[in-house]
Amino acid sequence: MDYAVHILTMIAITGIAAVSLNLLIGETGLVSVAQAAFAGIGAYGMTLLMLHAGIPFLAAALFSALIAGAIALIIGAIFLSLREVYYVFGTVGLNMIVWAILLNWDSLTRGPLGIPGITRPEVLGISFADNTAFLILCAVVLLAVFAAHYAIMKSNFGRVLHAVREDEEAIAVLGYKTEVYKIVIFVISAALVAFSGSLYATYLSYINPSAFTVNDSIFILAIVILGGLGSAYGAIVGTCMLVGAFEALRFIGFPASIAGDMRQVFYGLILILFMLYLPRGLFGKFRI
Amino acid sequence: MAKETLLSLENASVHYGGVRAIDNVTLKVDEHELIALMGPNGAGKSTVLKALIGLAPLSRGQVRWHGVAIKPKTHEMVARGIAYVPQGRQVFKSLTVLENLELGGYTLNNRSATKANIESVLHLFPSLREKLSHKAGLLSGGQQQMLTIARGLVADPKILLLDEPSLGLAPKVVKEVFEKIAEIHRERCIAVVVVEHSIKSVLAIATRVFVLSRGSVVLEGSPDSIDSEALHRVFLGQS
Ligand SMILES: Nc1ncnc2c1ncn2[C@@H]1O[C@H](COP(=O)(O)OP(=O)(O)OP(=O)(O)O)[C@@H](O)[C@H]1O
Ligand SMILES: [Mg+2]
Repeated sequence: MDYAVHILTMIAITGIAAVSLNLLIGETGLVSVAQAAFAGIGAYGMTLLMLHAGIPFLAAALFSALIAGAIALIIGAIFLSLREVYYVFGTVGLNMIVWAILLNWDSLTRGPLGIPGITRPEVLGISFADNTAFLILCAVVLLAVFAAHYAIMKSNFGRVLHAVREDEEAIAVLGYKTEVYKIVIFVISAALVAFSGSLYATYLSYINPSAFTVNDSIFILAIVILGGLGSAYGAIVGTCMLVGAFEALRFIGFPASIAGDMRQVFYGLILILFMLYLPRGLFGKFRI
Repeated sequence: MAKETLLSLENASVHYGGVRAIDNVTLKVDEHELIALMGPNGAGKSTVLKALIGLAPLSRGQVRWHGVAIKPKTHEMVARGIAYVPQGRQVFKSLTVLENLELGGYTLNNRSATKANIESVLHLFPSLREKLSHKAGLLSGGQQQMLTIARGLVADPKILLLDEPSLGLAPKVVKEVFEKIAEIHRERCIAVVVVEHSIKSVLAIATRVFVLSRGSVVLEGSPDSIDSEALHRVFLGQS
């Protein structure tokens, strides 16, 4: 039972990251390999605000999501006007830089030692110290993110994002400033994934930089590709499958360290196989 | 009454890397003209349109709007009233016909104006009215081409730039498309610049003709003044 709650909680937290990445890669056609970096900014931002400034969880998490959004705004303004390859490399570079900062800014982040003792949140007077209660919190946030995804894609704004994905020049020549649209969705996606980072930190009560590497970004990418581009629902199914597989590997007795390595082989393999045989993923409407 | 010049290129050159796409091209678009831009493959026809709409930066020369030199940015050119329909039928396939049309009204910045304009555009394209809720990707090639033109008209432009609207269409459909272009020109009193390969269909409706070859204008004038032998020589690459 406890184990099921744990897996479901990991699925809900990772699902938020996957749905928010789908807004970028699935709906707008923007590949990003920086989701883990923004999750890291959210996790560390929230933790530092909570531990050092005594700000309660919700305010700290929202504020660090804002910080992540502001960083995404700057990065987006620089990279999103470039050609796609450069932009993708830009996101990889960003993730490496953020990771290096988390690892090396000892006085703030305690470097590789990480930060322990992050308490479970209390939101609006309700304590989420209990695992089941925390799972419910995560599920509610996932549901909200899912609803936000739906609302965005139903709006005029979302329609333009779809048009950008199909043919950016064709929409630009109707007078749309496509860079602005791309930057806005990049910022929204970063803020959402930062919030999932905050949930992650308070769930495990401990964070270190190794959870926010380029590899972790690729993991989220693999989930979205597996689930299918352009489908928030697929992103959640993909999360269940990949997070479930990882946790199952640990469950059948693989030590965590080996499971971690296996996980990377496994995801790499999934990415390759899907690209070759099922480029639309399970529920996808589009190929990459 | 002298017609006013709306948009012009003056001694314009465009380079793509080391490739010179157009060289020293001068071209004026006056009110209510229907200009045919002709020439063989690779002559630079598309590049002329892209230069006018701000998609191809000039390495030399100028774009003028109502006589004033400007630095063309695409979204500003659209806001000024220039609609550009690119080569190769770029409808948004996953969106419906109506959604495609609605996207065309961006510069109006007003829902009810967009709605009214779509309504008036649909008078010109009755065949689209029946398909408003269909996905654009499911339309035939001819219907998709009509949709891209209709979408361009939703913004109520003063100038319509059309790049090879007949590309890949059956002869009968080409005829329909050109009848439609002539009708738009007549009924809406707008200037049209149409890039075209098929000489016959476009000469019948044009008020002025430019012929490009290897990036330069080699013939220019009214359709009657264009010497058909010279025109054929250009297309055969002998000039
Ligand atoms: N994006 C580009 N990069 C490099 N060269 C280009 C590019 N676009 C056009 N060119 C070159 O510029 C020249 C003019 O091209 P353009 O597309 O304007 O010709 P066109 O008259 O429209 O031809 P077509 O009838 O085939 O459409 C050609 O030599 C072409 O190869
Ligand atoms: Mg062309």
